[in-house]
Formats: sequence, structure tokens, C-alpha cells
Amino acid sequence: MGLFILRRIAVMILTALCLTFIVFFLTNLYPNLEKLAKTQGNMRMTDTQVDSWLENRGYLEPLPVKYGQWLGVLPGYVTEDPEGAVRGRCIDTGMEPEEAPTFCGVLQGNWGYSTVFQDGVWDIVSTRLALTGKLMFWVMVLMVPSALILGVLAGMREGSRTDRTLSTVSIVSTATPEYVSGVILIAVFASSAVGLKWFKGTATSAMESATFDNFFLPVLTIALYGMGYIARMTRASMAEVMTQQYIRTARLKGVSFRNVVLKHALRNALIAPFTVIMLQFPWLLNGVVIVETLFNYKGFGWTLVQAAGNNDIELLLGVSIVSVIVVLVTQLISDVGYVYLNPRISVT
Amino acid sequence: MDPLTWGEIIPRIIVQLTPVWIALAVTFALSITFKRRLGLYGKLFDSVIGMMGFALVMFWVFAAVFGAMDLILTHDPLAQSGNMKNKVPGTPYTKMIGEAADGAYPYYLLGGDNLGRDVFSRMIAGAWIVVQIGPLATLFAFMAGITLGLPAAYYGSKLDTSLTFLANLVLAFPVILLFYLLVTPEIVATGIPTYMAMVLFIFPLVFIVILLNARYHTQPKVRAPLLAAVIAVLGLLYLSLISDSSGPIRWLPAWLDLFDIPGGILVVFVAVVFVNAPTVFRIVRGIALDIKTRDYVAAAQTRGEGPWYIMLWEILPNARGPLIVDFCLRVGYTTILLGTLGFFGLGLPPESPDWGSTINEGRKLLSIYPHPALPPALALLSLVLGLNLLADGLREESLRD
Repeated sequence: MGLFILRRIAVMILTALCLTFIVFFLTNLYPNLEKLAKTQGNMRMTDTQVDSWLENRGYLEPLPVKYGQWLGVLPGYVTEDPEGAVRGRCIDTGMEPEEAPTFCGVLQGNWGYSTVFQDGVWDIVSTRLALTGKLMFWVMVLMVPSALILGVLAGMREGSRTDRTLSTVSIVSTATPEYVSGVILIAVFASSAVGLKWFKGTATSAMESATFDNFFLPVLTIALYGMGYIARMTRASMAEVMTQQYIRTARLKGVSFRNVVLKHALRNALIAPFTVIMLQFPWLLNGVVIVETLFNYKGFGWTLVQAAGNNDIELLLGVSIVSVIVVLVTQLISDVGYVYLNPRISVT
Repeated sequence: MDPLTWGEIIPRIIVQLTPVWIALAVTFALSITFKRRLGLYGKLFDSVIGMMGFALVMFWVFAAVFGAMDLILTHDPLAQSGNMKNKVPGTPYTKMIGEAADGAYPYYLLGGDNLGRDVFSRMIAGAWIVVQIGPLATLFAFMAGITLGLPAAYYGSKLDTSLTFLANLVLAFPVILLFYLLVTPEIVATGIPTYMAMVLFIFPLVFIVILLNARYHTQPKVRAPLLAAVIAVLGLLYLSLISDSSGPIRWLPAWLDLFDIPGGILVVFVAVVFVNAPTVFRIVRGIALDIKTRDYVAAAQTRGEGPWYIMLWEILPNARGPLIVDFCLRVGYTTILLGTLGFFGLGLPPESPDWGSTINEGRKLLSIYPHPALPPALALLSLVLGLNLLADGLREESLRD
């Protein structure tokens, strides 16, 4: 088991390196850099001015070198422009060039500086991530129990009327992406045109104080889409367990249906949904981006959109590392958890 | 003129959709009459869920096709009217204040959007874009997934490990981040999407050539002319698809370049295929790993059949059931992805009537005027729901065998 986890972690680190390199490559393409130079420096720069601006800030070094510097395994660049001013990756404003450390990359905790928010990337990412964490927590609280209940109820009597109804509900919910359900929910419950006005159509105020009013709609929107899928998986797994011999034996022995479901079937039926729930995380990340944009909740997903839309290279890189790590860690947990929960699977 | 009430709007919409109802009725009548002779497609009409799904999907397909033929649209989906901005459904149409255009349809059935365009016509015109890109992109993703997934499962070892690693790499990317990285004007300017198109679009060509080559390997007289013809036709299509008079690849002279894909669409297409292909790869690989151990594969190996013949003519036909079901689900997923791209205003031009972009336009004034955003949202919901139900019906019927 230990070796299995170690191997998985090694693959994970390799994947993370590859992915960040791809993001680094795509964000550091010349047109992006040119746009950065023009927005940061001067809109009417000539091509040579753009080049010297980029040269002075170490942007024109070969890609692997830049990547190494950003990661913190290669020494940061130091350049001197014709006027004698020394610039370096590791030299902060007001710092003597001699005092600056040689390495300063992500590994040393230097995540760079956001051009849009005028703040350190690490600070932005951590505050925004906390806000999104709050959203995700409530999504999980709403989504997981309701999906499991839906699935178990539908799967315990396969083919019954309850099963048909609940399965239809879960199909409808998987067919409704967040931007559709969000629009419908806002139109019905928050717009002045329908006039119900039960909830608020924006969640901006939920960043400080989340109340039922301003937070329920975004949470529900994300939860709805993931719920159907988990419910269908639970239903399939439950339906399969209910056909097993030991369930029939228990029924013939005279155990009540209620007890069969709760004590015999449920535990075995919940193995498959566990992996599914963990694998939903990457997709929930998408939902978070859509919902935060739609409800104007300034969390992690909103930051991603701002960074990508405004060509904020270092912030975008920071956001990508975090999201890639979230995805990979959940995959790891799901694999390990699956092996752990299911004694029939062996790791070798 | 007085605005219409909902009791008048709904019958008018139903009348406007007459061609769709006729086409649906004909399709269903023919299919149910001959359902015993139509294989899996015919069996679909034994399941209520399958029929409901099929009806929803075909409704949108017919609406899209007839919309493109200009039988349904009431107004030009791009024409703006100063007087119709944010007007509620059923408002009489006037181009400017007090000026009724003669010959034009007298009402905006589902109201006007923030630029005074007809929401109903835009919804129908948007269906055409979605119905074109969704299935085609899924088909391309399947070609790529199958062409790579079968050998990965069949040969195993190093090839399998490296391809699986690559697939997992793409799958670990958050989809929206990938879209933002691929579909921005700066990246498009570097030509990366075109080069990706070059790689991704070669798979259908490779797939069909290997398929035919494996089948007619023993009949050189049929094989040579057939392959030459297929390569010539598909090769020309492939080259005119990727080479663009203004893009980075200009391999074909203008007179031979059959068509140019309009800006944005190619990028969107590539992004969607790229996101879907690894999942298809994993599914195909999983099914093929299972089928590989069957007796008929061993029998074919003993007969001395080549590896590609076994993969494409022994394994693939036996994997078709789950693949067809997954295809339906995946078209739905692709539609959702297209909508996501539109929702973030990526790729397609902002005035494009596709559903995602329309929802994006409409959401800005959602709490005051919900009517421009709701029709495309419900349209997308019903199409994806139809595809899901269709997949469910197909799964049920194919399991019954």
C-alpha cells in the first residue's frame, strides 16, 4: 500500500510539472508578452521598445530557463539596462542587488505579483480560495446527502414508480448545466419580472456574511448539476447490491426490508459513489467558475476569469497550479480510498 | 396593435413551427411502421423513454435545419431594431417608433433582447450552430479516441502507459482554464489551434484508411483503387479544412481550397474535440481490454489475422453498444461545453446567435428582463435532456439482447 501511494505521488508530481509547463508555455507566448508590455509600459511602444522592455525583465530568455526560474530551481535573472539600473527576478523594489537571494520561484514561496489586483499572487489566491472553500463546503453539505438519498431510494426497488420518478429527476439535473439552472433560478426566484424575490440574484454580500438569502441560489446551482450524476451512480450501485444473494438470504430469513436496506445493502452500495464524489471535484471547479461569474461572488473561479481575461500572467499561473493540484489530489484520494474501501481490489 | 397575451403567443409559435411538426410526424410514422427491420434504431421505439428522448433531439434537429432553410425564422436573427430593445414577449414589431415594417412578421414572439433582436429567431438560428458543431466535434473526438485507444489496449506495455499518461494529463486540466488558454485572440494569433486542428483532424483520415486497408488486405485488386480514391477525397477535405487563406497554414492554392472555416468556429471546434478525446480514449481502452480476452479474438489470432484487422473488425464491432450510448451522452456534454464557451464569450463572435452566447448576453439584465436569457437556456436544457433520455433508451434496449 505504501509503495502504491508513493508511486501515485511520483506520477502526480510529474503530471503537475507537465501541466504547469504547458500553462507556462501558453501564457508566455510572444503575443501575450507583447500585450503585457504594452499594458504595463506604454500603449504606443514600438517593436524595439517592446523587446527591450521584455529583455530587461527577463521575459526573452529561453522557455525552459524561464520555467526553471519561475519554479525556483534556476537562479533568477539579473539584467542591467543602459542607464545602469539593475533589475532582477529576486530583487524587490528598494532592495540592494547584493542582498537578493539567488533562487526565488514558486518553491521558495515567491508566486509573483498580479498586475490586475496590484497585490501578491499568493495573498490573492489564498483569500479567494478561502471564499470558494466556503461555497464548496455548503455545496457538499447540500449535494452529497441529497444525492445519496435520491440514489438509494431509487435503487432499492428497481423499476418501481419511485425509481422512475427519481431517475427522471436525476436525468433532468444532469442535463442542466450551471449556466442554465442559474439563469432559470435567478429568473424565477430573484427577478422583479416574476416578482417572487425570495432570494438575492447576486452573492457579492455573501463574501462577508453568508445568509440563506444571498447564498442559497449559488449553492443550489452548483449542487444540482453534480447531484444527478452521483445519484445515478448510487442508484446503479444500490440496484446491483439489491440483487445479491446475501440480500435475498436476509429477506428470506425474515429481516424487514428497512433493515435489509439500512444494515446490509447500504454500506456495500456506497463504495462506488465515494469515488464518483471525489472525481466530481474537477467538474465542480468548472461549476464554481460559472456560478461565481454569474452571481458575482469574488472567489477563486472569479479570479481565474479575471486573470485570464486581463492577461495577468503570474496570477493565471498561480491559479492554474492550485487548480491542477486540487484535481490531482482528489484523484489520488479517490484511488486510495477505492482500494481502501473495497477489499476485493488489490493494489499490485 | 396590442401586444399578444401568452394564450396567443403559444399557438403562434406552434404554427410557426409547422414544418418541424410535419417532419417529426413523418419520421415517427415511418420508423414505427418499419421498426422490426431497423435493428437497434427500430428497437428504440419499444421504449417510452427512448422515444421521448428521440423526439426532443429530432425536434431541435428539424428546427435547426428548417431554420437554416429560412422556413421558421420570423425575423433576421442579427437585425437590430431601435424600438424593440428588451421588449416583452408578444410585442408588435416596429423598426422605429410608430413605423411598422410592411411584409415583416408583425410580432416579436418571444420579445426582443438588449439590442432589439428577435429572441425567437435567434434561438432557432442558434440551434443550427449547436446541431452542427456538437455531433461533428463528438464524432472527431471518437475517431481520435478509437484510433489511439484500440492499439493502447491491444498492444499494452509502453504504448499503453505513455498514451494513458497523456490522456490523464489532458483530463487533469480544468476545462475552463484550458478554454481560456486556447481560445484567446493572442493564442489564436500564434496559430496553435490550427496546428492542433492539423493533428486532431488527421485521425478520421487515418481511421478510415486503416479500416479499409485491414478489410481488403487480401484483395489487392479492390484495395488499391479504393484506398487511392478514399485518400484523394478525404485528403483534399482534410487539407482544405486546415489550410486557410488567412491562417498560418496555407498549403493549398486558393482554387483547390474548397472551404474556409469562419473565424472562431475552428478554434471552438478544436477546443471541444481536444477536451473530449481523452475520455473517449479511456472508454475505448477499457472496453477493448475486456474484449481482448474473448475467444473470438484468440480464434482470429490463430487464423493469422493482422492486429489492425482484429482491432477494427473483431473488437470494435463488439464494443459498439456502449460506444453508441456514450456517443449520445457525449453529444449532450459537448453541447454543454459549447454553451460554456459561449457563456464566457470565448471563440464565437459576440453577435453569434448560439445558445451559450445568447445566455451570456441575456444574463447581464437578468433580474429586470429575464425573457432574452430563458428561451436559449430552456432550449439547451431540452436538447441535452433529450440526448440523455435517448442514451438511456438505447442502453436499456441494447442490454435486453
